Amino acid sequence: MSYLNISNVDVVFPTNNGAFIALREVHLEIEKGEFIAIIGHSGCGKSTVLNVVAGLLEATRGGVLLENKEVNSPGPDRAVVFQNHSLLPWLTVYENVRIAVDKVFGKSKSKAERHDWTLHNLRLVHMEHALDQRPGEISGGMKQRVGIARALAMQPKVLLMDEPFGALDALTRAHLQESVMEIQAALNNTVLMITHDVDEAVLLSDRIVMMTNGPAATVGEILKVDLPRPRNRLELADDPTYNHYRAEVLRFLYERQRRPEAA
Amino acid sequence: MSKVIALATVLPVKSERPESSLPVPLAGERIVTPAANAERQPPAVPIQALSPPVSRARLRAAAIARAIILPGAVFLLVLVVWMLVNAKITSDIPTPAATWARAVEIFGQPFYVAGPNDMGIGWQVLYSLGRVLAGFALAVAVGIPVGFLMGASRDVHQACYPLVQILRPVSPLAWLPIGLLVFQAKDPSAIFVIFITSIWPVIVNTAAGVQAIPKDYLNVARVLRLGKLEITRRILLPATLPHILTGMRLSLSVAWMVIVAAEMLTGGIGIGFYVWDEWNNLNVASIIVAIGLIGLVGIVLESLMNLAQRHFDYNRR
Repeated sequence: MSYLNISNVDVVFPTNNGAFIALREVHLEIEKGEFIAIIGHSGCGKSTVLNVVAGLLEATRGGVLLENKEVNSPGPDRAVVFQNHSLLPWLTVYENVRIAVDKVFGKSKSKAERHDWTLHNLRLVHMEHALDQRPGEISGGMKQRVGIARALAMQPKVLLMDEPFGALDALTRAHLQESVMEIQAALNNTVLMITHDVDEAVLLSDRIVMMTNGPAATVGEILKVDLPRPRNRLELADDPTYNHYRAEVLRFLYERQRRPEAA
Repeated sequence: MSKVIALATVLPVKSERPESSLPVPLAGERIVTPAANAERQPPAVPIQALSPPVSRARLRAAAIARAIILPGAVFLLVLVVWMLVNAKITSDIPTPAATWARAVEIFGQPFYVAGPNDMGIGWQVLYSLGRVLAGFALAVAVGIPVGFLMGASRDVHQACYPLVQILRPVSPLAWLPIGLLVFQAKDPSAIFVIFITSIWPVIVNTAAGVQAIPKDYLNVARVLRLGKLEITRRILLPATLPHILTGMRLSLSVAWMVIVAAEMLTGGIGIGFYVWDEWNNLNVASIIVAIGLIGLVGIVLESLMNLAQRHFDYNRR
């Protein structure tokens, strides 16, 4: 049995025009320490998959097993990095991470240890210089860094990232991707990331899960990315294997799953 | 009045700072593009001569002058109209000069006490403020929890909304007989009228604030497995506070408007009764002075609430 098991998940939303089948028979097995990217056109239900794993949404049929235990509610063992950072604007950068640390380690760590752990995680994302700033005072990229620090600080079994860099400009996104690779090399987390960026998927992940278009979206193909780590964006740009993977994903998205309305 | 409240319940959404923003040239600054620098020959006419740089000090001086001159002009216009009314329509309206003399007299001894019904204007204002604060405090104490429940539960919202909509536009004075009958006393009735008219902005804004909480914050709370009490204390309250404070600010200004009307009818000591009393004595100059004072106290209350908002509202810090 694999570490994280998404088994035959259907998600059906009741609507005024009858039932809307968002996901049908989504099946995915993820090993410990794997970095998985789920890619697909917008509206295909990628985020729905992530929300089911997070426990924020209940599967209509099927379910999710983490270390052989069924997931049925949200919890810090499946920390989420939300698309729009969702930091609490009335708390400082430090407090935004500390609230999670206090909640998860309130009993097991002393106050001093929790302080150190908060700082440690902010250091991982290079945000130790802005501890006392509020989210309104820092840039979008920095906010997302703090969001990542907050999720990492929960020491999750699976780190869930919902299009974490979708709202950022290309340069900032590249910086954050580097940071994620650096952190991943150090911590070897199990990561499930939703993305619509082909380069991001190939650069970061061990496997790319390509989803078909909705309604009734499901796993179309899974591509294993066999590139040695650490990966360097510039070197890979001319690498034939890298470009082959890239082309595979593009072909899936733009030939086989071309959206009719996007023509 | 109720229209204004309804419109003001919608808070402007503060836009987030962009990741990188282009430098915006200040007025008076010239934008020099690289292409312009690359010109081989210097321009025949120096750029400086085309647009002389305006110093910042001069810009500021102009802004300050405008801030004084423009309102000053309107103020003068009002004085002119006032004098015209005095000269052409009715001389019962005293001249600005006579009113000024009366103001000097009134403010010369603001806290005299010559008997239970004859006190300085300072006392009148303080008694009114006391009633306003009592009614306002009650409105806030009841309005915030009710607004919270209405914002958090769709059933409570559905149950209470029609009543709120019906009672909100009711004139304060319509409540006064009810207050007098129930409480059989002047002061509690006045406080009741303040309470019943100033509670609506608090309820409506608090409910809107709770409803406007981004779902993401609640998802964060769910991932962290915060309990109900923790969610209220750490997420709902701080997220709603800006809306609550807006509601309180509107409520306080309504309360201050209502007190004058209420006191006119209930009597006793207070700025509203003072106006009524001076009307009976045909001291119109005193009434005009009181109008000015009521406005000034209103501004003070408003700026106190602004101060509180700046202190507690994370959007404004």
